[in-house]
Amino acid sequence: MTKAGTGTGITVAQADAPAPVTRLPRRRGIELTLILMAVLLSVFGYCNVGLAQHGTLPPGAAGYGAGLGVLALLAHLAVRLRAPWADPLLLPIGVLLNGLGLVLIYRLDLETPGDRAAPTQLVWSTLGVGLFIVVVLLLRDHRVLQRYAYVCVAAALVLLTVPIFFPAVNGARIWIRIEGFSIQPGEFAKVLLAVFFAAYLAANRSALAYAGRRVWRLQLPTGRVLGPIVAVWLVSVGVLVLERDLGTSLLFFGLFVVLLYVATGRTGWIAVGLLLASLGAVAVGWLEPHVHSRVEDWLHPFASIEAGQGPNQLAQSLFAFAAGGVTGTGLGLGHSVLIGFAVKSDFILATAGEELGFLGLTAIFLLYALLVERGYRAGLGARDPFGRLLAVGLSSIVALQVFVIAGGVTGLIPLTGMAMPFLAQGGSSVVTNWAIVALLIRVSHAARSQAGQAGPADGRVAR
Amino acid sequence: MTRHIRHAAAFCALLLVALLVNAARVQIVQAPEYDDNPANRRPDIARYQQPRGDILVGGEPVTGSRDTGEHLRFERTYQAGPLYAPITGFASQAYGTTLLEHAEDGLLSGADPMLAPLPLWNDVTGAQNPGGDVVTTINGDAQRAAFEGLGRHKGAVAAVEPSTGRILALVSTPSYDPQLLSGNSTAATRTWDRLNGDPDKPMLNRAVRRTYPPGSTFKVVTTAAALDAGVIRDLDAPTRSPDPYTLPGTRTRLTNAADGCRDASLREAFEWSCNTVFAKLGADVGVRDMAATAEAFGFNDAGLRIPFAVSRSSFDTSVDRAQLGLSSIGQYNTRATPLQMAMVAAAVANGGQVRSPYLVERTMRAGGSLVATAGSRPTREAMRPSTAARLKELMTGVVEKGTGANAAIRGATVGGKTGTAQHGVGNSGTPYAWFVSWAQGDGDLEPKVAVAVVVEGSAADREDISGGGMAAPVARAVMEAVLNS
Repeated sequence: MTKAGTGTGITVAQADAPAPVTRLPRRRGIELTLILMAVLLSVFGYCNVGLAQHGTLPPGAAGYGAGLGVLALLAHLAVRLRAPWADPLLLPIGVLLNGLGLVLIYRLDLETPGDRAAPTQLVWSTLGVGLFIVVVLLLRDHRVLQRYAYVCVAAALVLLTVPIFFPAVNGARIWIRIEGFSIQPGEFAKVLLAVFFAAYLAANRSALAYAGRRVWRLQLPTGRVLGPIVAVWLVSVGVLVLERDLGTSLLFFGLFVVLLYVATGRTGWIAVGLLLASLGAVAVGWLEPHVHSRVEDWLHPFASIEAGQGPNQLAQSLFAFAAGGVTGTGLGLGHSVLIGFAVKSDFILATAGEELGFLGLTAIFLLYALLVERGYRAGLGARDPFGRLLAVGLSSIVALQVFVIAGGVTGLIPLTGMAMPFLAQGGSSVVTNWAIVALLIRVSHAARSQAGQAGPADGRVAR
Repeated sequence: MTRHIRHAAAFCALLLVALLVNAARVQIVQAPEYDDNPANRRPDIARYQQPRGDILVGGEPVTGSRDTGEHLRFERTYQAGPLYAPITGFASQAYGTTLLEHAEDGLLSGADPMLAPLPLWNDVTGAQNPGGDVVTTINGDAQRAAFEGLGRHKGAVAAVEPSTGRILALVSTPSYDPQLLSGNSTAATRTWDRLNGDPDKPMLNRAVRRTYPPGSTFKVVTTAAALDAGVIRDLDAPTRSPDPYTLPGTRTRLTNAADGCRDASLREAFEWSCNTVFAKLGADVGVRDMAATAEAFGFNDAGLRIPFAVSRSSFDTSVDRAQLGLSSIGQYNTRATPLQMAMVAAAVANGGQVRSPYLVERTMRAGGSLVATAGSRPTREAMRPSTAARLKELMTGVVEKGTGANAAIRGATVGGKTGTAQHGVGNSGTPYAWFVSWAQGDGDLEPKVAVAVVVEGSAADREDISGGGMAAPVARAVMEAVLNS
């Protein structure tokens, strides 16, 4: 018996059973401990920056730690109150990544005295945690979302379309700017689309998998079933190409293929998906000059140096990662600010790579991997197809987004602008990521509470 | 569905592995290549992150550092830039380093591993040493006297301490302010372009990086060779030389500026600077002995470092007798840096021994502890001690009753030799006025200073150009400054 056994009436009923009852522990205490460690680690990083730059502790260290701590504790209380069975790792990872992001942005703010981003980011983080608490408290059952699938997709399309009517920023029409306040609606659309895909595929997966004609080894679904989903996908991708936000476009495509595969189990979907993706990539890379130059930069990151125009952003980013080496220069001691524009957003990982080194970068990647893994685990544990697809979809968003942007700034794949989840400057992104973690916690709670309350007699345990 | 979720998870794991492998490639495997990319500014940022060590003259720094608060944080400053430019050179963020700033760059910038408290210490801690200081041998008074003596003339001065080889003064005019080149601003670029476009070449260090025909001052070398070779035994015996002298194998007749050079004794010929006598003397000594003596003085040595490189002074060894005659009076292909001619005077003053000249007395860590000292420099015999003694006599005569009277100092023995070197096609160039000398205070045991002065006359004062008139007063000022300090 672990501490999870204290409490509910069901425990008493189970206690009558002759066999020793093993039960999933709730592990809220572990969550609290991990959250405190995450907060302490962030405060440590914050102090580290101050010491490295000025030799003194930064004046706001206590306030910063207290602020982050209070936010994390409130989130923890919400989870304890309404999602006590949820996976204990999800929230601490979110807190740690968010705290680390704030440290990195604060650190870069010191190099750009005219442009302070950390206070704004802290406000957005507060809003994000606020949304997290609201979702955890108010969304009693994630299956409710299934009912709003078409509302979600409509909202997503509106959000994706609105920025077209606002002026482009740095070549991409993905921003809404009102009085100096900017929002990137495409970020919110990700979650809404994931909800829609999950709901739609959960309802139609049998039809997709088994109805329709069979051509060679490929099971083609009927047009009536597949039509709406392809239409939605085409529209969203089309809008994104028009807005020149290829990172998000790639993300949606990946999400679509992963969910389709998980829902139907048809390997053919992957083949078709990869084929479509490569065709699309070649066509866009060939035709669209903006993308074409990105591919050129990726293939020859130092071409601008050889042309005598100095290093471009990607070259500067590679220099930053290289300067970090294995152990890094130490927080506050690198020169990633040489990257210039977008150093706090798209290229934030370069600062982590330079100042924390390969070891620090690996730790960050593993944190993301752990977050994704816990999300997938929640998906495996969920009993309803919607919950499963939702958890897998949301986790895949995080995984794909990390891959696209981290791979971009390290020269693994062509660079496409995108926010590193939790780390990068950008309010919409932080709020969205907290929403993702909140939904994962809901699904995880549902999965583990069912398993925990049912016990082994039911024959099901959380995987 | 469970199986497919696991497949999707495996796909995510694959993405993770790809990211990690690629990160290892960038941060570990290719990192050295990226670090060394010339477009990577990190080495520069690290280099200028701390103040540079200083160059000291007479215990006082003549350099400094200024915190600009910019990316390349510290910029070099110079207390008396133009005065010491031929010693310090410049340390520019845009144009690199020259002279002492270049030769001692590792120490000044802090990169020298000798500065670390323990071997390999910095490799472990990642720390950077503060820059060390370079203490020079320069005598500030002598340097100033030389700089002010040259004034608006183009020219150079080199002064050494004969018994040690310590360089006491090194001046080149016109000079420039190296501080104007320190930063990487557009102002620095403009200065750079202006200095490089200036026909007077202010950035050229004339004292060590330019060779001039030494003219009559080279007769000191010729005399040493003749005395050592036994061609002349008695300073006062007639030399049986005609005036004018027809160069052997040619119809070229060499004449003199002064009268009475026919059959003059070596003493008279030296005081009056008879070209005919010394051309014949050089031809009589022969190319082998002339070259051996010239090379013993330091000619034809391209490897001299003080610690920055000194241009090679040359004495042509593949010459016929006519060319040898001209070479022996410091014309034809004979060329010397002012420092080389100071070494010639110093060898005479030091009993025939040439001390290799040097500029750095010692180097120190920022805390004041010693890194290295100059120690004793190698010495080489340029002529026999007896020859040196007789040459001292001849050179003293030049100052007492010959062409070098302007260099006489009350309370000191001064020996010197004037020179007016022709150059250009058909000797069309404005001549160079030379003076080489040494001085020994009456209370001193040995000569304290040897100096060489060259003044590039301008066309306006062509008629007045002479070693005794233009160069000797500068040499006297420098020697006085050394004797008085």
